[in-house]
Amino acid sequence: MQSKVVALASLGRKSLPNYYDLIAMALIFAGFIAIVRASHAMTLPITAPQSTVISLDYSLLPSYALRTTLRMLAAMVASLLFTFTYATWAAKSRRAERVLIPLLDVLQSVPILGFLSFTITFFLGLFPGSTLGAECAAIFAIFTSQAWNMAFSFYQSLRTVPRELNEVAEGFHLSAWQKFWQLETPYAVPGLVWNMMMSMSGGWFFVVASEAISVGDTTVKLPGIGSYLAVAIDHRRIDAVFAAIAAMLVVIIVYDQLLFRPLVTFSSRFRVELSAGEEPQRSWVLQLFRRTRWLRALSEIPAQIFDTVALWRFELPPRLILAARPKNRIQDRILDLLWIVGAAGTGLWGVWFIYHFVSDKLTLADFGQAVEFTCFTMFRVIALIALASIVWVPIGVQIGLRPRLAEKIQPLAQFLAAFPANVVFPIAVVLILHFGLNPDIWLSFLIIFGTQWYILFNVIGGAAAFPTDLKEAAAAFRVGGLDWWTKVMLPGIFPAFVTGGLTASGGSWNAAIVAEYVKWGNDTVAAHGIGAYIAQATAVGDYPRIVLGVAVMSVFVIAFNRLLWRPLSRLAERRFRLDLG
Amino acid sequence: MLDSAAKPLLEIKDVCQRYRTGSGEERALVLDHVSMTLNEGEIVALLGRSGCGKSSLLRIISGLAKPADGTVLFRGKPVDEPSAGIAMVFQSAALFPWLTVLANVELGLRAKKVPEHEARARALKAIDLIGLDGFESAFPKELSGGMRQRVGFARALVVAPNLLLMDEPFSALDVLTAETLRTDFLDLWVEGRMPIKSILMVTHNIEEAVLMCNRIVVLSSNPGRIAAEIQVNLQHPRNRLDPEFRQMVDKIYALMTRRPVPTAPARDGAFSGLGLGMSLPNISTNLLAGMLEAVAATPYNGRADLPALADDLQMTIDDLFPVAETLQLMRFAEIEEGDIKLTLAGLRFAEADVDVRKKLFGDHLLAYVPLAARVKMVLDERPAHWARAARFLEELEDYMSEEYAETTLKSIINWGRYGETFAYDEASETLSLENPQ
Repeated sequence: MQSKVVALASLGRKSLPNYYDLIAMALIFAGFIAIVRASHAMTLPITAPQSTVISLDYSLLPSYALRTTLRMLAAMVASLLFTFTYATWAAKSRRAERVLIPLLDVLQSVPILGFLSFTITFFLGLFPGSTLGAECAAIFAIFTSQAWNMAFSFYQSLRTVPRELNEVAEGFHLSAWQKFWQLETPYAVPGLVWNMMMSMSGGWFFVVASEAISVGDTTVKLPGIGSYLAVAIDHRRIDAVFAAIAAMLVVIIVYDQLLFRPLVTFSSRFRVELSAGEEPQRSWVLQLFRRTRWLRALSEIPAQIFDTVALWRFELPPRLILAARPKNRIQDRILDLLWIVGAAGTGLWGVWFIYHFVSDKLTLADFGQAVEFTCFTMFRVIALIALASIVWVPIGVQIGLRPRLAEKIQPLAQFLAAFPANVVFPIAVVLILHFGLNPDIWLSFLIIFGTQWYILFNVIGGAAAFPTDLKEAAAAFRVGGLDWWTKVMLPGIFPAFVTGGLTASGGSWNAAIVAEYVKWGNDTVAAHGIGAYIAQATAVGDYPRIVLGVAVMSVFVIAFNRLLWRPLSRLAERRFRLDLG
Repeated sequence: MLDSAAKPLLEIKDVCQRYRTGSGEERALVLDHVSMTLNEGEIVALLGRSGCGKSSLLRIISGLAKPADGTVLFRGKPVDEPSAGIAMVFQSAALFPWLTVLANVELGLRAKKVPEHEARARALKAIDLIGLDGFESAFPKELSGGMRQRVGFARALVVAPNLLLMDEPFSALDVLTAETLRTDFLDLWVEGRMPIKSILMVTHNIEEAVLMCNRIVVLSSNPGRIAAEIQVNLQHPRNRLDPEFRQMVDKIYALMTRRPVPTAPARDGAFSGLGLGMSLPNISTNLLAGMLEAVAATPYNGRADLPALADDLQMTIDDLFPVAETLQLMRFAEIEEGDIKLTLAGLRFAEADVDVRKKLFGDHLLAYVPLAARVKMVLDERPAHWARAARFLEELEDYMSEEYAETTLKSIINWGRYGETFAYDEASETLSLENPQ
């Protein structure tokens, strides 16, 4: 709305395009052409010669990278749609909330990567004979890695809209639709954008893992960096692996600069803290865009449309609203009861269904084996999180206490967290094979390889935010050595550490599915663990084992989160908050 | 403005409101049969302390909340949803941070589908009127608190309401800014340049009420009832130093401090009606001790006029009254006719050293604060001498809202710790008789 006023004024004076228009225009048109070309290729029939044959020619990498990026974009759009509907429903309906939020919590913990074989079969059946099915399966896999935390963030924002702003909206008779676009969505934007960024980090990992997959006899290779990597592995071409790594680096940097920097900068307008405070985010892309003349004027059109649409009233007729609100207490209770019974019934039916599907082929011994393997993986996750903490906490604290250094390292750590670790797995495999190392030990490091950075950058953030006067007090009283760590610094960064550890552990469980079972040409290196169990079952198309493996793993992950991380974050909130609230 | 015989703009009849717990159960009364009317051309203040339900009443009038009982008539029609003729100004200004000043002011009009150019023209006029021209394209975070509140005023005025509701609009501002804003606002009102017929403002600032209003409705606390209605016939602009002005302020102070102890100072069980259901304010023992010392010292020598004391200590009545009343509850002081007078125990406390103070405080706490006695009794009865804090919290929630119950428990824990009456462990959330070694 602000831009409207200013744009009108500047239009009056000069309306010629300027340099900035030229640069921005070039960027935008290049983007358009790329998208059109890539999306055309998405719907090719599966038998078309170029559809599933991946060449290791370097010159094809840019187009593969583009296809991968497009998949990410499509998944992000799907995640946003999901967020706006699911989270809004949960926030607006007390009944829906009771079912949807726990469901979201569970979905967050299910290692969806294990289900890839199912979704692929499903989507291939949906679009027979077209690559679109496989595309959808890949996009769905990425979607499942992005949507949950975005929905959570949006739901939480909707629930915490400041009371007075709500009252203003009601006082001015904003309809539910108007309120959603004028108040609730803007309020949720900063949190949502931050979570989109985090989701994106996780998404790269999934896109690489889901582009090339074989379930039993069906092998699907979608053109993209992930497939390129898979082919490079098949052909034992280490140079191509490095090329894929380089391409991935470029893609992530470009994505960050062209999409997320501008978004974050833009979203800072929606922050509610009314002080100017904090230093503003900068983005050269947004700067460029803001200096253009024609483009800005052009962007007024969608902005105007949005403004108009956001002001539509979209009201149900008053009678319907009254009817939708049963005044009767007893009636209300009965509806509650029906809802709960229905939800519980569906849940029980699901459990029964899984049980039947699995118990047809498998015995109790298989179950015992799955549990045993999950325990192995759990020990791995625990040990490696502990190890990563021992390494990165001291380093992160040292970096965080030096603001200049932290400023440089922080984005790097964030970047490393976004970088899909599975792209570098082949290098590790080559090393393991070459030196004949024990996979049970050495493959474990791959689990933490991509997720350790979450610990690092959260600890850096925590240490950088540690209050100066506490630091000075510690120095003035000559608190040093072990005391300085245990009584000053570690409690100070504890909340940040818990956040980092929680994210890292979630990512590690997912990584286990890919990391415990890796290939190099015809050589396979596998560790004992539930990840390898699921991966092996997928390779031979043994569906009951996949379900059993994923189910057992999910239960462990949920228990792990409930019994370890949740109490820890509650402790962090209660005892270790730095503001004396 | 004197035409009060005309039909009232707003009629409030027997409005009651109750606390609601999380599960929707209704508990103790917040507003108890409040009835009043508002005529055209009046500024009326709802004066009361925090917790007297004045903000609840304002939200009921605006249609944002529904009363448990009673009716509100605005121009003869019942209010059951936000009405187009009523606008509200909030304590925090409540601006949308992502909208510019202009867009914030326009919002109410645009939501009503007023055509864009008309909305723009009206918004610019309101911005101009309230003295904000030049800031149309600024975002709220670029503005000072006073300027933000001006936007809040413009936003309310632009919809041309008949009745303007104001929820402590000046209390979040510093003294000078608040005074400027008040004066500017009064000028606009007296000169009739605002499109409003009447103003109802909630405040806890006695001087502000006397400075601005034609009529002051004093609400008592727990539950909120109308304690008095006072007509203010002073000529605008009013002078705070005018003897008549001071007299009126003194009178209201006396009125507002009279309630908890009806007349005679307490000797034998005047507090008996106040049992466990009494909510306690969260006041640190340092503040209590500081107040006792201040009143004991010169120039007060044990007896102080509350308005003068408030001025001297730079405290609003929301700061001062709870302290004074807690001292009264614990028999360290008595309040009569707007004066606070220390008891013998109070004087002894002021002169004693730390250990004697703690002992004295602990004794009085057990003797005069029923909740403290109850906690002590429960702890004494139990063989292990400990109890979970949640147990008392639940008990308190039978009498008051969750929020008040929490504050009350926190106060009793703090006071109990100071008086070494009982101990509390935050990690396990338990109360016990043992102090940590």
